[in-house]
Amino acid sequence: MANFFQKIGDLDRRVIFLLIALAVIIPITTDLIIPNIVGAEPSRDMFDYVDALPEGSNVIVSFDYDPSTMPELQPMAEAVVRHLFEKNHKVIGTALWPQGAALGQHAMSTLADSLGKEQYVDWVNLGYKTGGAVMIVRMGTSIKAVFPADRDNVPWEDIPMLEGINSLKDIQLVISLSAGDPGIIAWVMMAGDRYGIPIGGGCTAVSAPQLYTYLQTDQMVGLLGGLKGAADYETLVGIEEGPAVKGMSPQSIAHLVIMMFIIIGNISYFSRRKGGAR
Amino acid sequence: MNWEILGIWLGAAVTLCLYSFLYRDNPFYKFVEHLFVGMSAGYWVIYSIYNVLIPNWWENLFPADGGFDAIWLVPGIFAMFMLARMVPKVAGLSRLALGMIVGTGAGLNMVTFFQSNALAQVKGTMISVAAGSVWEVFSSLVLVVGVVSGLVYFFFSKAHTGFVGRTANMGITILMVAFGASFGYTIMARLSLLIGRCTFLIEDWLPTIPAMLGLGG
Repeated sequence: MANFFQKIGDLDRRVIFLLIALAVIIPITTDLIIPNIVGAEPSRDMFDYVDALPEGSNVIVSFDYDPSTMPELQPMAEAVVRHLFEKNHKVIGTALWPQGAALGQHAMSTLADSLGKEQYVDWVNLGYKTGGAVMIVRMGTSIKAVFPADRDNVPWEDIPMLEGINSLKDIQLVISLSAGDPGIIAWVMMAGDRYGIPIGGGCTAVSAPQLYTYLQTDQMVGLLGGLKGAADYETLVGIEEGPAVKGMSPQSIAHLVIMMFIIIGNISYFSRRKGGAR
Repeated sequence: MNWEILGIWLGAAVTLCLYSFLYRDNPFYKFVEHLFVGMSAGYWVIYSIYNVLIPNWWENLFPADGGFDAIWLVPGIFAMFMLARMVPKVAGLSRLALGMIVGTGAGLNMVTFFQSNALAQVKGTMISVAAGSVWEVFSSLVLVVGVVSGLVYFFFSKAHTGFVGRTANMGITILMVAFGASFGYTIMARLSLLIGRCTFLIEDWLPTIPAMLGLGG
């Protein structure tokens, strides 16, 4: 047995790649759905905060990501926008990343069509603006100065839902869906801490541990971390078998395979040490 | 020609070429790698011109209602200074532009960054460890002990022996737990990307194969 574990330590890495691939492909092809249980997590905090906002609140959703992180952040965007539409909030889309504007447009326009929401009355996409944190600071005094027109070049004055909105003080919540910098941290620092605007967010799993610190200090009202966060929000919103919930099944199986390899790797390491090998 | 199907096949081909690296380095991977770098560079040049330079500078320099706003020459000149790095004789000019960027960034971030990432975090650590339920008390204790022992580990003015050494050891243990959590999240992120690609191949690309081969469907 010890010999077996010593040999398995020399396993070709391509075998591991193959097993991980199978762990992902088989649940997708068999439509395996592992129930997603949402506990008292930051994703529930964010859902509850959005749920408790007064109807018709002005909410900025900043699409601060690009296609490379779509598998994690696009399901989040769709679930969050759906929730906002269902609660009859006014959704103002912005983007600190250039390609985020197009991804946001896709999420908002698709959901608006299915939920009967009207562009410029219920939602608007102001598009991308360069500058990151500097842009957010400027929005603190005038959003119109930063976005004189929306993504389709419709002037600010011609957009009915923006009437009465001047600066960030007129915004009840900012939700940044962020793949890095600029993103959630810029919104927390500039809009949250400087202007006192509540900040919620969704991020890639890689950046989640860094952002948890802002939850502890109440600098954020909630956080969706990676695919699990997206799956939580889909579950809370009531989306059945959404892309994130479906994605969590291969995720869970692949995690089991990785854990198995970590255990086998450790047994192999210690059995080699016991056998005198280095 | 069905452009949507062509797009799906291109996406699938590029994905498979990239994943072929998992077997071993090969010309298909190299080709796609270079394709990606070249396309990214070209995309960003065009994107910057049409989404940054024209709306933020050119349209202010020459407003739609006619005329010429000379003040917008200033950022234009500073932008040219950045390109001066390519000409050794006048490369020093780029420092003016860089100085402005660094100065603005530092000035903007100095107070806010300290407030958001230092003061607020320190305040968040100053909590009562004797309030709330048993779980909340335990959680608070972990937080306080973790922060203090972690800081002791990075305190190098005293030898890590005796009580200080034991506290520093606890600090490194806490740090390892944090790194483990971070590593776990990283695995989840990378797997999410793999799941995204596999879902694309299985649900978008595979169903188009019969049509492409003239087998109906």
